[in-house]
Amino acid sequence: MSSDHDSHRCTCGKGLSRRQFLTSAGVGALVVAAAGHLEKEHEASAAVMRSGEGDKITLHINGKQYQMLVEPRWSLLHVLRAELGLTGTKEGCGRGECGACTVLMEGIPRYACMTLAVEAEGMEITTLEGLMNGEELGPVQKAFVEHDALQCGYCTPGQIMAVEGLLRKKTHPTMEDIRQGVSGNLCRCGTYNHIFDAAQRAAELKRGGAQ
Amino acid sequence: MNAPDGNIYYLRGIPVPETPPPGKDPAPWKKTEIVGQRLPRVDAYERVSGVALYPSDIHLPRMLYAAVLRCPHPHAVVKGVDTARAEVMPGVCAVITGKSSESDFTWSFSKEIKAKIFDPTCRFEGEEIAAVAAETAYQAWDAVRAITVEYHVLPFIADESKSLDVSSPQIHSGGNTVKTDRYSRGDVTRGFAEADVVIDETYRTECELHTPLELHGCVASWNGDQLTIWESTQGVYSLQSRIAEILGIPLSKVRVIGHYMGGGFGSKLQPGKYTIIAAALAKKTGRPVRLFLTREETFLAAGNRPPATMRLKAGAKKDGTITALEFSCTATGGAYPAGGTSLMDWLVKDLYLCPHVKTEMRDVYINAGPARPFRAPGHPQGAWALEQMMDALAEKIGMDPVDFRLQNIPYHSQGRDGNPPYTSTGLKECLIEGAKAFGWEEAKKRSRESKKGGYIRRGVGVASGLWFAGGGNPPSTVVVKLFADGSVNLNMGASDIGTGTKTIMTMIVAEELGVRPGAVQIEHADTGTTQYATPSGGSKTVPTDGPAVRAATLSVKQQLLSFAAADLKTDNASLTLLGDEVISAKNPLVKMKIRDVTGLKKRGVIVGVGYRGPNPEGKVVNPFAAQFCEVEVNTRTGEVRITRFLGCHDSGRVMNRLTYDNQVFGGIIMGIGFALSEARVLDRNQTGKMLNRNWHDYKLPTSLDVPVEMTSLPIEKPDDLANTIGAKGLGEPVTIPTAAAVANAVYHAVGIRMTGTPITPQRLCPAVEKGGKESS
Ligand code: FES
Ligand code: FES
Repeated sequence: MSSDHDSHRCTCGKGLSRRQFLTSAGVGALVVAAAGHLEKEHEASAAVMRSGEGDKITLHINGKQYQMLVEPRWSLLHVLRAELGLTGTKEGCGRGECGACTVLMEGIPRYACMTLAVEAEGMEITTLEGLMNGEELGPVQKAFVEHDALQCGYCTPGQIMAVEGLLRKKTHPTMEDIRQGVSGNLCRCGTYNHIFDAAQRAAELKRGGAQ
Repeated sequence: MNAPDGNIYYLRGIPVPETPPPGKDPAPWKKTEIVGQRLPRVDAYERVSGVALYPSDIHLPRMLYAAVLRCPHPHAVVKGVDTARAEVMPGVCAVITGKSSESDFTWSFSKEIKAKIFDPTCRFEGEEIAAVAAETAYQAWDAVRAITVEYHVLPFIADESKSLDVSSPQIHSGGNTVKTDRYSRGDVTRGFAEADVVIDETYRTECELHTPLELHGCVASWNGDQLTIWESTQGVYSLQSRIAEILGIPLSKVRVIGHYMGGGFGSKLQPGKYTIIAAALAKKTGRPVRLFLTREETFLAAGNRPPATMRLKAGAKKDGTITALEFSCTATGGAYPAGGTSLMDWLVKDLYLCPHVKTEMRDVYINAGPARPFRAPGHPQGAWALEQMMDALAEKIGMDPVDFRLQNIPYHSQGRDGNPPYTSTGLKECLIEGAKAFGWEEAKKRSRESKKGGYIRRGVGVASGLWFAGGGNPPSTVVVKLFADGSVNLNMGASDIGTGTKTIMTMIVAEELGVRPGAVQIEHADTGTTQYATPSGGSKTVPTDGPAVRAATLSVKQQLLSFAAADLKTDNASLTLLGDEVISAKNPLVKMKIRDVTGLKKRGVIVGVGYRGPNPEGKVVNPFAAQFCEVEVNTRTGEVRITRFLGCHDSGRVMNRLTYDNQVFGGIIMGIGFALSEARVLDRNQTGKMLNRNWHDYKLPTSLDVPVEMTSLPIEKPDDLANTIGAKGLGEPVTIPTAAAVANAVYHAVGIRMTGTPITPQRLCPAVEKGGKESS
């Protein structure tokens, strides 16, 4: 934590001064010692970011432009799902652990939950919906269907975006490339092996292989 | 996908199965055209295009977002909740606490143990204290953080081995024992006396968390006195009954919809308190409310696989006969009755021939989140102990572990009263065929050679299993409708939790009617519009609802043939379906197009209803499994790399080979996590809090942790005694033997029995260094 972070004045609500840390650690020790005691929580220190105060930004998503007012703290994921109704992008954790929210920014896979909407301004953003050609599936999506690279399907949009990002960089990925390429995307159903197959097939389709 | 014209039918001169007379069970399929194929999921398009609306994607007009304030202490009494500041914050529409009339409902954990939705006594970290509904999720969380609570913090117990100590705090007034189960057959003392070798070992499995990718939660919306819930659930009807009971309203007033869901693994068989909280906030605000937990909350309060300490003593003769098994365990389902020891001894009682068996299981309370059923409750834990023991016994009597298992295969369920036979047992085939396909003998040789030098040691391991259930059972009601152009609508209440239920059911309809799967449209998982089904869990959806789908389809066919018989002035017994025609078996000139059948044209639709009949009397329907794996252990770092896995399963008929293989691999991968990396960590001494409540610190297998070489080898034995489609369950058996197979392979590689999960480098490395068994 940087030393200029003054938790008494800061409004981010996340600051934790060394003193506060010691106080809370002390509470833990008390719990062990006493068979029962009263604890009053600290007054919630958060002087909260006033919601509704927006920044005006323009987002470029799937080839369209969206002008909107966003709170500085809003994640790109929140904007996509809750504000724009682009629910193809999923939320599995909201904190950079699972990859369900993967989108492409300038062609590179990125966690939308870890990206502020204001950061995304001006960047070319592609979501799952953007891989469609009208009603027709894109090559990676087709390959996922063919190889049954999904079970519950909730991690799938993120996996597809990760594979898409990989294939934009590498047209002939090796198995190791593929495993690395989706290693930031958890699948609790355990469909990884079918994803590997689908990624190989998708590479073939993208190179103009047999449809 | 298919044009509704001309293309509906797949038949090219292939006769569809005969229609049995009403009231009779149809004969088993002899040969199938659609069932058993590799058919991509019927809803894959929706799922990969993003048009599938999961419950967490539902966005209703005027919808509010809810967030829950949870107790930060493992054990505390709430003295006061101050919501004044929260209530006036921007966007906040409602705040409810234990004092609010809107949320004054009782949640039953068991017949005896009940709690309020916001109960003043918090028995685990993460119990609900208050909840907020606001215009955005950010505002709801702002408000939650502005609520202050006064707690009377109580001493906690987070270690189940100390739960019963007199000095431990009592979690419920009746003490910390949930229950003790005892079982005995034969006489273990005699059994051990007859043994040539006896081994006594203690094993431990850590607490595993479900963490499906879609968070737990729902959207709740009232329309007058009628409640609609969109929830990420495995069973809409089980939710409906529980919600109606808690809210005290008729079943007909609760509509639960769960068309898609992002994984559950048992943790979404029932509603959560979150469901009731969402309904209460929706009532209070008169607006729809969305309440999905955060990932952290799901770690604390959305179920787990109970941790267990198990002791197993086993005796065997030199010829490979098992003489006695004595098992005891202490496990915990957390702070409330939640099946902490559920089925943990089942494999010991049932998997291998053994005349003398004794088990004792003690389920105790600790101050931690309650368990929920988790993919084959109790079985992976039991297998961890039993299957490692089988290996150890085999070694001691100098037998190959596959041969040793083969020598002890039962054809009766010894754990059940009356010793009833299984309808089918593929265990022997799983072991023999699996070993052959895996190259067991060669692999053993290879690993012997690896021991000659170098720090990478290879090893192979095998483990078997069976699943207690997996035969399905009534009730299930299904409706199939045939439209005037020959296309079909299938209406069933079952959820597709990712196993491919919708696809398999479509294939059954297609098989019976001769239509292409693309001509079948499905309505499912909605208590308002679809038929009664039990939740999708227990590996029973295919064997439960599949026969009902077949029955409903046959009913449609029967009616169609009678209508056609009237038109053709013949008796319907002589008629059969062929493509888009009804045709007489006696005289091929007597035929007509389905679309011309008067009865169908007049009604516009033929409706067939199918029910699930009873299971065969006096018999047990169980799936069986054997899995094989090869590992490389780095003796310098303690890392275990699994290089290949083979799952050989007997689940009766293979309904769809593509989704079948997917299940097998998925179960194995989950088992790999259980074996190598997953464990809930509680701060047992200092705070009682969970230390790894996120996916950074709680490690699921990633794409880099799974072997690229995975094989699924089905033992195709349609089980005609089990039910009318010949299929048994698959979703659970696939994860039962996995972890034990890994442990056996590690032992084979480095000669160290890792008796506790997970086998991490931190634990394996020192054990290798000491050159012996890990110290517990
Ligand atoms: S939701 Fe973004 S990484 Fe999990
Ligand atoms: S398909 Fe369910 S989490 Fe990946």
